[in-house]
Amino acid sequence: MSVLELRDLHVTYRTETGPVPAVRGVNLTIDAGDTVGLAGESGCGKSTIAASALRLLPKGTTVEGTVLLNGEDVYAMKPGRLRAVRWTGAAIVFQGALHSLNPVRRVGDQIAEAIRLHRTVTGAAVGTRVAELLERVGLPGAHAERYPHQMSGGQRQRVLIALALACDPTLLIADEPTTALDVMVQAQVLALLEELQREKGLALLFITHDLSVLTSTCRRLAVMYAGRVVEEGLSREVFAAPDHPYTAALAAAFPTIGDESSRMHPRGLPGDPPDPAALPGGCAFHPRCDRAVEACATTDVALRVAGPQRAAACVHVQEVGDV
Amino acid sequence: MSEPVLSIRHAQVQFGGGRVRAVDTVSLDVGRGEVVALVGESGCGKTTLIRSVVGLEPLAHGSITVEGTAVTKGRGLRAVRRRAQMIFQDPTGALNPRHSIYEAVAEGLRIHKVKGDETALVSEALAAAGLRPPERFLRRFPHELSGGQRQRVLIAAAMALQPALLLADEPVASLDASIRGEVLALMRSYVDRDGVSIVAVTHDLGLAWNIADRVAVMYLGRIVEVGPAEEVLRAPQHPYTKALLSVVPEADHLEQQILTGEAPDPSRVPSGCRFHPRCPLVASGEAARLGIEDRCRGVDLELEPVGEGHQVACHAVAVGLR
Repeated sequence: MSVLELRDLHVTYRTETGPVPAVRGVNLTIDAGDTVGLAGESGCGKSTIAASALRLLPKGTTVEGTVLLNGEDVYAMKPGRLRAVRWTGAAIVFQGALHSLNPVRRVGDQIAEAIRLHRTVTGAAVGTRVAELLERVGLPGAHAERYPHQMSGGQRQRVLIALALACDPTLLIADEPTTALDVMVQAQVLALLEELQREKGLALLFITHDLSVLTSTCRRLAVMYAGRVVEEGLSREVFAAPDHPYTAALAAAFPTIGDESSRMHPRGLPGDPPDPAALPGGCAFHPRCDRAVEACATTDVALRVAGPQRAAACVHVQEVGDV
Repeated sequence: MSEPVLSIRHAQVQFGGGRVRAVDTVSLDVGRGEVVALVGESGCGKTTLIRSVVGLEPLAHGSITVEGTAVTKGRGLRAVRRRAQMIFQDPTGALNPRHSIYEAVAEGLRIHKVKGDETALVSEALAAAGLRPPERFLRRFPHELSGGQRQRVLIAAAMALQPALLLADEPVASLDASIRGEVLALMRSYVDRDGVSIVAVTHDLGLAWNIADRVAVMYLGRIVEVGPAEEVLRAPQHPYTKALLSVVPEADHLEQQILTGEAPDPSRVPSGCRFHPRCPLVASGEAARLGIEDRCRGVDLELEPVGEGHQVACHAVAVGLR
């Protein structure tokens, strides 16, 4: 069974200057124990998808389509049920580890609170469970007594992971979990996430703009641009031979060291990621695309099946029919 | 190398009344039109080092010269601050939100009393930084621009003064992936066209592969490996450089060498080789087999040449392990 299923999801924020469509028709399925990477840049809607899975969007936001968490419609849940599935069904690790923790409470108490809210565990058992969780993420159990400011950025990110695991969720959503971290600490946190995912059979939705991180961490990959998925498939295949020009640009953004073609030759795209409030017509990517033809300015291309488990939204992709 | 644009000799920067040596006896020359990437983890002293070049961190020992002028207090520093320009990681924080783009670029021209038509100089600088047509940007404010455009404004403001040296602190770390390449290409274009030199502080080895001629790797206030970018990145010698390269996500061909612990604390520099507590050679027993473990733990060491312009500070390399 799929752990998370998004069916034709549309999310529109209400702002002072009018409605802003952040997600425009996304279909995404994550099976139990599977790892899916969601790639894209600022404003592409990837964090909105994370928030929509647990109904964490600001008041007044319009959500259309269906979000199923373990088969249950998240937007039809009563408040009590929703509270229960947050943490136990799915948990999110955000990027700003400093801001996600309460600065005036000991980290152990914050983890204990999550456990108590969802389980009937006696006081002593909660303490043991907190220590276990901290040790599982590579921190001494005694760190439960510390306040967030007494820990480094990497340690705080580990606390957030421990917090996310506190209620044994089936799905872990990691939204840019390593972005603010140093290279070596980033590698440590990634290795920890991979290990936990395997050990607990967690489904993982990993969100970042770094395609190479996703490829090394996730089995499947979905690339977003301007509120849509523009390419999806198996990570290794998508990364090695992208069908969509945007995926190709993202893949080339961080060079492979030793690759002669990128030596002294940084590659990027002209222009900026589009403003969701003022999307270009036709294919939203066409103003930045070096392969754009006349039709791209007027034709909005939907995802086309491009092979087994492979789809891309580009006029240059030959549809291969249902596979 | 002709006379270097930047010459750092035995530079030492201390904090906390000498208790912490953030930069501990570093020497580095940067030639005209050369791009040097200064890489390492947080707290290794790389940002402190480039701040000391423009006099933002006083040296406790050693010397720094820019085009032969010593970086000291007074008139020399003023000249250096025109010839060496700094750009920062976060373009949003570095721009005054109440100043127009015109003001942001013109400010430096006024401070350094640059002669000529101010409007023309500002427009030229913006156009050269890829903000075209410049008239479209002059009256706008930072919040009206994208992150990539803001970084271009900062580069334009720095380059308007026609510096000899650009000091860039993580110039693309806060930018979107697709913007990164264009900003790096822009920086490199000033090198190829105007012969400017760049020292780019970064933790991103891909940046070094993309634009740097040389790479210097810092650990706890010291340079532990320096050499031609191709050589350092393809055939690193120091175990720390090897570890850094192995954790680049695309480095599938290398066995991941994830060092434990956080970036080390410069207030507690270990004895001997300062890298030894995290060194895979010591941990694996390789250093003991080579009979150098005592030296790793007890004897501090300096950079030794291992090739043309390539130097490494490692006991294992020194005994000929390759």
